Amino acid sequence: MIDCKGLTKQYGRLRAVDKLSFSVQSGEVLGFLGPNGAGKTTTMRIVAGFLPATAGTATVCGYDVETEGREARRRIGYLPEGAPSYPEMTPLAFLEFVADVRGLRGEERGRRLDEVIGLLHLESVLAQRIDTLSKGYRRRVGLAQAILHDPEVLILDEPTDGLDPNQKHEVRQLIGGMARSKIIVISTHMLEEVDAVCNRAIIIAHGRILADDTPQGLEARSRFHNAVTIKLGDPELVPAARDAIESLPEVESTELDDNTGRVTAFPASGKLPLAPIGELADSRRWELSELHLESGRLDEVFRTITGGASA
Amino acid sequence: MNAAWAVCRRELLSYFATPVAYVFIVMFLVLASTFTFYLGNFYERGQADLAPFFTFHPWLYLFLVPALSMRLWAEERKSGSIELLVTLPLELWEAVLGKFLAAWAFTLLALALTFPIWVTVNYLGAPDNGAILAAYIGSGLMAGGFLAVGSCISATTKNQVIAFILSVVACFLLLLAGFPLVLDVFSGWAPQALVDAVASLSFLTHFQSISRGVIDFRDLVYFALLIAACLYANTIVLAIKRGD
Repeated sequence: MIDCKGLTKQYGRLRAVDKLSFSVQSGEVLGFLGPNGAGKTTTMRIVAGFLPATAGTATVCGYDVETEGREARRRIGYLPEGAPSYPEMTPLAFLEFVADVRGLRGEERGRRLDEVIGLLHLESVLAQRIDTLSKGYRRRVGLAQAILHDPEVLILDEPTDGLDPNQKHEVRQLIGGMARSKIIVISTHMLEEVDAVCNRAIIIAHGRILADDTPQGLEARSRFHNAVTIKLGDPELVPAARDAIESLPEVESTELDDNTGRVTAFPASGKLPLAPIGELADSRRWELSELHLESGRLDEVFRTITGGASA
Repeated sequence: MNAAWAVCRRELLSYFATPVAYVFIVMFLVLASTFTFYLGNFYERGQADLAPFFTFHPWLYLFLVPALSMRLWAEERKSGSIELLVTLPLELWEAVLGKFLAAWAFTLLALALTFPIWVTVNYLGAPDNGAILAAYIGSGLMAGGFLAVGSCISATTKNQVIAFILSVVACFLLLLAGFPLVLDVFSGWAPQALVDAVASLSFLTHFQSISRGVIDFRDLVYFALLIAACLYANTIVLAIKRGD
């Protein structure tokens, strides 16, 4: 388990992380969300043992990252931002180096190396210098290094940055596959990633926690939560249809997207307008080319919560 | 300690994965021979010893060793790989020691490759091979001292050029600490004890006695302490500056 209490990091006059407290249990996949400069990377660096905190404590599996750093770091697999490695080395030599420092020996060393090389599909580039690899491969070498010792805690700073959609999907599956037995903390800009792999999300800005919830819980905060979007076959009917929908007691308001011609009906609080709108469309014989229920939009929640904050 | 060995092995492999190793060794051998034969008048002296060879080592190291040490930490900090290195389960001193040992082993390899000059002098006459061995040991120790200074300075910056220049200056001052150039700065105002202390830091004085074949315990202790102190300072600098 990861336990942070009052974590603070001061850079001169800038407070990058401001009294952050949270804990993460085994089995949780925590997504760190926030605008650039929110303090995500700094927080992860403190927990991973790279930066000392100005104030507060962080423990990993019961070991303080500052005073018992080595024991804590043994249990952590860490992918730093940008997946740095040694450009003049080959992936194989690099992974062997990490295995040696991590104290992997004999049969287990070979077994773990084979496993991560297979998991991240590095077989074809093992003998190539890292600086000749594509960004995607370099990221995968970084991930391989992080999971090499099968750690209890994985801290991944933007693990899918620079990967193509297929590679992203694979990495997410990899994370999902490991999730049950581990603590995984990832930071990301990509909100769909939170939906795809996380079972908990923390939104931070200016070094403070603004929201701590499940992805579904966050979506429920969206004004789009339970909203209904329709598209009419005949655009002429749109004004009349909006009036009719707005008069329903389950609907608070409607919005028309001029570009797509879609009409979104927002629910009155606690109401579910899907069924009434369906019945209405039926009785008026509207020809609907689209009808769907919105679960909520994370990007909208993100913008609302962080107030467009950036640094 | 296993971690320190792993760091040392990785570092050594890196030297040979880049042209650094070959350029360094070739230039070291070329310059060492040039100095010996042209400036040291190896043949003209008509003596079967390697004094003309060893006399120039401090000046050779002054420029070549900082070129080797400048990248030790500055490159690691610049590329960000330091974040990976220090979040592995090793202590900072193990990383410092591993890198230093790799650089030192590499320099000693370059030094060992000067063996043809030893073969030559034995072919031409009957030198005191004990004295030559002592001089080799002294030269190796001095290279270690230069490297430790350079490694510590390399940890203070992300810029290899700055690391190089500062290391050359620091090594130059250490070399000449026993000479008026440095001592005059102190002799006007400082108590004699301090002036003597500064003078006793001189690389050149300690190296000269060893290079004549006299292995004095105090000279060995001097180089050992210097290396240990620099590596200790290196560890502290890293602990403070690792995240900058």
